[in-house]
Amino acid sequence: MSYAIQAENLTKRFGDFIAVNAITFDVKQGEIFGFLGANGAGKTTAIRMLIGLLSPTSGKAHVAGYDVFTQTENIKRSIGYMSQKFSLYEDLTVRENIRFYGGIYGLSDEHIKTKTDFLIRKLQLEDAADMMISSLPLGWKQKLSFSVAILHEPKIVFLDEPTGGVDPITRRQFWNLIYEAAADGVTIFVTTHYMDESEYCDRVSIMVDGRIEALDTPRGLKQTYAADSMNDVFVKLARPQKKEN
Amino acid sequence: MRTIKFLVQKEFLQIFRNKGMLPIIFVMPIIQLLILSNAATFDIRNVTYHLIDKDQSTMSRQLAEKFTGSGYFILKNSSFSYEAGQQDLKSNTVNMVLEIPKFFERDLGNSGKAKVQLTINAEDGNSAGLIQSYSATIISNFAQEITGKNIAPGMTLPNIIQIEHAFWYNPELNYKTYMIPGILVALVTMIGLFLSGMNIVREKEIGTIEQLNVTPIKKHQFIIGKLLPFWVIGLFELAFGLVIGRLVFNLPLTGSFALIFGTAAIYLLVVLGIGLFISTVTDTQQQAMLIAWFFMVIFLLMGGLFTPIDSMPAWAQKVTLFNPVAHYVLMMRSILLKGSGFLDLYGHIVALSVFAVLMLSLAVLRYRKVSD
Repeated sequence: MSYAIQAENLTKRFGDFIAVNAITFDVKQGEIFGFLGANGAGKTTAIRMLIGLLSPTSGKAHVAGYDVFTQTENIKRSIGYMSQKFSLYEDLTVRENIRFYGGIYGLSDEHIKTKTDFLIRKLQLEDAADMMISSLPLGWKQKLSFSVAILHEPKIVFLDEPTGGVDPITRRQFWNLIYEAAADGVTIFVTTHYMDESEYCDRVSIMVDGRIEALDTPRGLKQTYAADSMNDVFVKLARPQKKEN
Repeated sequence: MRTIKFLVQKEFLQIFRNKGMLPIIFVMPIIQLLILSNAATFDIRNVTYHLIDKDQSTMSRQLAEKFTGSGYFILKNSSFSYEAGQQDLKSNTVNMVLEIPKFFERDLGNSGKAKVQLTINAEDGNSAGLIQSYSATIISNFAQEITGKNIAPGMTLPNIIQIEHAFWYNPELNYKTYMIPGILVALVTMIGLFLSGMNIVREKEIGTIEQLNVTPIKKHQFIIGKLLPFWVIGLFELAFGLVIGRLVFNLPLTGSFALIFGTAAIYLLVVLGIGLFISTVTDTQQQAMLIAWFFMVIFLLMGGLFTPIDSMPAWAQKVTLFNPVAHYVLMMRSILLKGSGFLDLYGHIVALSVFAVLMLSLAVLRYRKVSD
């Protein structure tokens, strides 16, 4: 079994504050891995270390086989990333955004053109292709954002709360896109606050105060914690810890 | 190369889509040139004076007429007492008191020598200097005329006060011509500093910089892609400004275009480097704006644009050696008005190049794709 992501005691300290405390986990290739945790549990910090935006304090981690300490540029070539903050250019059109990101990932003009046509058709954006991103509804933007993140056919894609603020129907459509990508062999690393979404994942880790407190399949977690839903699992895990603080 | 092409393409699309941008590029130079060059002039007109004519002779009246007739002086008051004149000076009614003593005509006729007294309000030293120099010119012209009339051909000129005036490079003392190169520098500096600085911080604010930082884009590609559009716009601004200067103010454009744009190319690298550096140390456009203004004000006020560097204290003159604006104002004036060549400006070109390399390296070092 080969791994898309391997982390061992990965730690990030900001002064006295330990944002990520020696987390150890691995993500198999082609897996949909749910990375859960309450606000401020350290998820975003962990992701930023894995995608080479933030240098770790200690520990070890490999993403797509590359070291997060020394080979961040190789990592960047192999991954896609969709951040919490919306990352397409609002003052560029759908087409221009696709062309720009395709271009900086080194896709050929021909390739960019076919990809653009394919995406516009797939997302049913024919009428909006030459509209500014700013004029699109949030749900469309998020779907487009995801499609742009996997435009260069990365091995792994990191999604940081991709469905925040989106209606249930659009969320369902969004997850269909995720499944499609996973079926093509892309490893999905996703954070979310929606517990129903965590049920869609192959495996789920739950972070509490910088540590990974649980890691298993959704079914396994529900059994272990004798819970009916992932929601109950999350509340059981996250709440006592919060009270101690 | 291809990556840079896509970055530059994107920047230009965004720049020209920004509604505030076209006015900045086209209207700002016109307004700055038309208004500043007329307002920020060292030229002195309408100097008011108080006349104390104690001689009351033909010649004394002629001299006073010369002052009024020069177009620079306006007779505001006259009296026979020095105190009255002083009072007018104190109350800011007049800028100058001209006193023609008794026996002015007689003395001038007899010995060819006479005295007049000028009392000038020197609160503003620059203006006072100019008023004095204008007055001296009028008086000496007058003296020459009078004595010349009385002198028969073949005789030597008597020993009268003679003040030589020669204004090189700007023979008509046209201060607009003098100001325009400096205003062009201010223009290019503002465009370079603000646009480049704001641009990257804006990407930080909206979060797209993070998306760029997870792409395999290389530092140098990013920086070239960001700076190249503003470098081009800066050069365009200069060309546009020169055209206005030529058409509206008949700017001489004595020097070579290659040198004008060659030095501008280097200078813009310095300015863009500073803008980029500011954007790497700030998180919001407000912060970047304040810091950019801070530098802008110091650079301009210590750049010899409005106040001559020669009249600054020695320590301040040394400081201006590190001011790119000071170098470039001097260069632009020399090239445009005097037609100075590469060798004349060699030292300044080297200085600007050193600044450019320093600022850009500093900015590149500060720009991080991976944060700590």
